[in-house]
Amino acid sequence: MLRTSDRWLDLLGLATLILIVSGLYMAFMYAQTEVNMGLVYRIFFFHFGSIAAGMVAVLVVGIASIGYLRTGARAWDRVAEASAEIGVVFSTIGLITGSIWARPIWGAWWTWDPRLTTFLIMWLIYIAYLMLRASARDDPRVARFAAVFGIVGVINIPIVIMSARIWRGISPVLFQQTAEQQFTFGLTPEMFQTLVVCIVAHLVLFAWLLAHRTRLEALRDELVALRRARAR
Amino acid sequence: MKFLRQVYAIVQKDLAAELRTKENLSAMLVFSLLVLVIFNFAFELQGVDITVLGSGVLWVAFTFSGILGLGRSFAAEKDKGSLEGVLLSPVDRGAMFLGKAISNWLFITVMEAVTLPLFAVLNNVAIPWFPLVPYIVMGTIGFAAMGTLLSAVASSTKMREVMLPILLFPVSIPLLMAAVKLTSGALQGREFADISNWFNILIVYDVIFLVVAFWTFEYVVEE
Repeated sequence: MLRTSDRWLDLLGLATLILIVSGLYMAFMYAQTEVNMGLVYRIFFFHFGSIAAGMVAVLVVGIASIGYLRTGARAWDRVAEASAEIGVVFSTIGLITGSIWARPIWGAWWTWDPRLTTFLIMWLIYIAYLMLRASARDDPRVARFAAVFGIVGVINIPIVIMSARIWRGISPVLFQQTAEQQFTFGLTPEMFQTLVVCIVAHLVLFAWLLAHRTRLEALRDELVALRRARAR
Repeated sequence: MKFLRQVYAIVQKDLAAELRTKENLSAMLVFSLLVLVIFNFAFELQGVDITVLGSGVLWVAFTFSGILGLGRSFAAEKDKGSLEGVLLSPVDRGAMFLGKAISNWLFITVMEAVTLPLFAVLNNVAIPWFPLVPYIVMGTIGFAAMGTLLSAVASSTKMREVMLPILLFPVSIPLLMAAVKLTSGALQGREFADISNWFNILIVYDVIFLVVAFWTFEYVVEE
């Protein structure tokens, strides 16, 4: 049985709020403006945060999928579904903010750099994952299908990373300097602290959303069970 | 031994069914020919160096037409109700997967065996059979293995034939990258050392996804 309000969830929500507000303050007021990139670099605090949350989400989907196939417990499936949905949102934000940053700095919205390529393919796999869930929603085996595809997707990521690297190694490189190289060189302590706070804020936000989304699914299951019991 | 006999029985069943109608293979062949023709007009392949663009054209033809065959592999069994029969028979699920994957691989390979000479004739290229054929065969192994697993998944969803490419293409991008690079390396007569990285990726992909698909297949077909 679930209670209407779970105390720890509210506490997690409060922590998220505090972290996000302080992250915003630090990103816009505390960290000084970068010399070469100017104001636009500040989007990186949110970009990195979203990407980090997106990557964690993918890991969670993989772990939950394996957990589901091993145990068959519905709880694992709920976590996998919730994590995939939220992960796609964070990854999309990450892709968009990255493009907004790249346009003035690299002079292009997109480059086929191995990191970007890997991330885009990962994003496509999880879009496909959500489409699979939507398309098989009525099938009682949907959880198993999704778990199998979730495992395939997560195993594929290291192979994608490897091949994207080799791919770039052979073809000419358009931009020698990657974002991170530019970043680590010019990172002041204030910027670094801000980055850490922003990444933690995004991860805690992810955890909070994940807990809520999983709980929603659990409540829905409970509702269905209650309806069935009454109908009997 | 029993396991291998079961695999053989599944392959035999699929081959017999296909040889009676030949509808799957003929559809794949016509489609791959169409892709070659359409690419000729889309890219104006006359005059350009075909050894550069050719590998991409070939693999688009292989995968697009291969996906037609893969999609029918389980959809046809579902429609005729024969999948239940196979599931009810005392066949190991792993054997069932291997049998299905081998027959899919055979169908795609036959299609490729016809497409490749056609490609050579239409574009007037000399095909370096030795390194190229093993590359294509190996690329097809991973594609058929992953395709068989995901075809079983897709055939149970509402959108079926639409779902299979959406699931299969993003997952097989590394395989495609490797296969295309190896093919163009072979067409251009490059040294193996230049492209051996891609050969390794291809092997890693084939092995990992054969194992994963073999292991997870039972969860997909079990009612």
